[in-house]
Amino acid sequence: MINKIVRDMAEAMQGIPDGATVLVGGFGSVGQPDTLIDALIEQGASDLTVVANNAGTGRVGLARLMELGRVRKIICSFPRSAGSVVFEELYKAGRLELEIVPQGTLAERMRAAGAGVPAFYTPTGYGTLLTEGKPTAEFCGKMCVLEQALPGDVALVQAHMADRWGNLTYRRSARNFNPVMAMAAKLTIVEVDEIAPLGTLDPEAVATPGIFVDRVIQLPRTAA
Amino acid sequence: MSETAFAPLSRKDMARRVAQDIPEGWYVNLGIGIPTMVADYVPASREVVFHSENGVLGMGPAPAPEDADPYLINAGKQQVTLLRGGAYVHHADSFAMIRGGHLDLCVLGAFEVAENGDVANWATSANDTAPAVGGAMDLAAGAKRLWVVMEHTTKDGAPRLVKKCGYPLTAMGAVRRVYTNLAVLDVTPQGFAVVEMAPGLTFEELQARTDAPLQMAQPDSEPGETA
Repeated sequence: MINKIVRDMAEAMQGIPDGATVLVGGFGSVGQPDTLIDALIEQGASDLTVVANNAGTGRVGLARLMELGRVRKIICSFPRSAGSVVFEELYKAGRLELEIVPQGTLAERMRAAGAGVPAFYTPTGYGTLLTEGKPTAEFCGKMCVLEQALPGDVALVQAHMADRWGNLTYRRSARNFNPVMAMAAKLTIVEVDEIAPLGTLDPEAVATPGIFVDRVIQLPRTAA
Repeated sequence: MSETAFAPLSRKDMARRVAQDIPEGWYVNLGIGIPTMVADYVPASREVVFHSENGVLGMGPAPAPEDADPYLINAGKQQVTLLRGGAYVHHADSFAMIRGGHLDLCVLGAFEVAENGDVANWATSANDTAPAVGGAMDLAAGAKRLWVVMEHTTKDGAPRLVKKCGYPLTAMGAVRRVYTNLAVLDVTPQGFAVVEMAPGLTFEELQARTDAPLQMAQPDSEPGETA
């Protein structure tokens, strides 16, 4: 019987090595797997490369992981936002490598990784600082830059519901980067609010099929 | 700057002016700042579909407090609503809409626009202490047309419509039309063409506040279609 549902966080986070590239879902705080990030802090892996749209806010979650010195490099589109104090401190102090990627290129590099496309050309970013030194070519009259796929060792994903096969549904704009990150990592770990019996999720509503998912953990119910 | 008789547009009036030029049926992405306000001035009777890069197509206005939904935000991370007919997609599909040329229009704010359509809107120096680009480069390169809405000059009076951008570029040759508090200008192969000016402003006064040379637009030009 296939059962991707794990019982506790230790089991969910098992085997994440030092030096791993970790894809972290969410757009700001919406769709961000806060509980899995806290579990990664607990788990102890270091020298991490984190791929996320934003670079954390306050001193909790992703910001806490960075403040603890566990992140060597962050790859994101919009690190600076209201309250991104830890990122700004570490970046100014030269203690954090930063790769800024246009948001669509970031999503597409992960989609490409999940789809077995090692690299692709895009007009986005041509002639800008963010693509300096990358190979260029002209297609259909447009100058383009060559971008490489961005695979993860691990993806931390937030979804709404899952079944034991790992089929996932999301809530509104909390879907954001989660499905592409689930595709792009060797080990995809998902936190969900609800576990549904197999066969009860509407197949038309499944946004991430279980083939992209390795482990699912149900979050404790919070008071409404 | 000396006392003058002309009336610059307010931020709201700039947003209202942009909204006038958006026809029914267009799929439109609005950037953060004044562009976001444009949606408020498209009448509900005119069906325009707003896209937000975090995976919302058919975005509606901010919710009443009792209807606020923590899982439904726009690219500026403000709570929004979904209109009838709207849909949610993941980030790669959302940017496929942008990068695949499916959006009729993107309206962005900017620091500078050059007479050849180059736009700079994401960093104020090559050594920005903490740069952030978001989806601006994808939008500028991917949408069918890019309009910029911004103040005509900086707070210090320095021109933002320039011969050549001084700040790091967001995209090359991407801008079709610029809406400022002083004028509406098309980007043409011959440079900036003035479509209209704030009430009371003369061409000479506008030119004095603009780095790039200006010309008057042909009266029959369509909005932003000349480039």
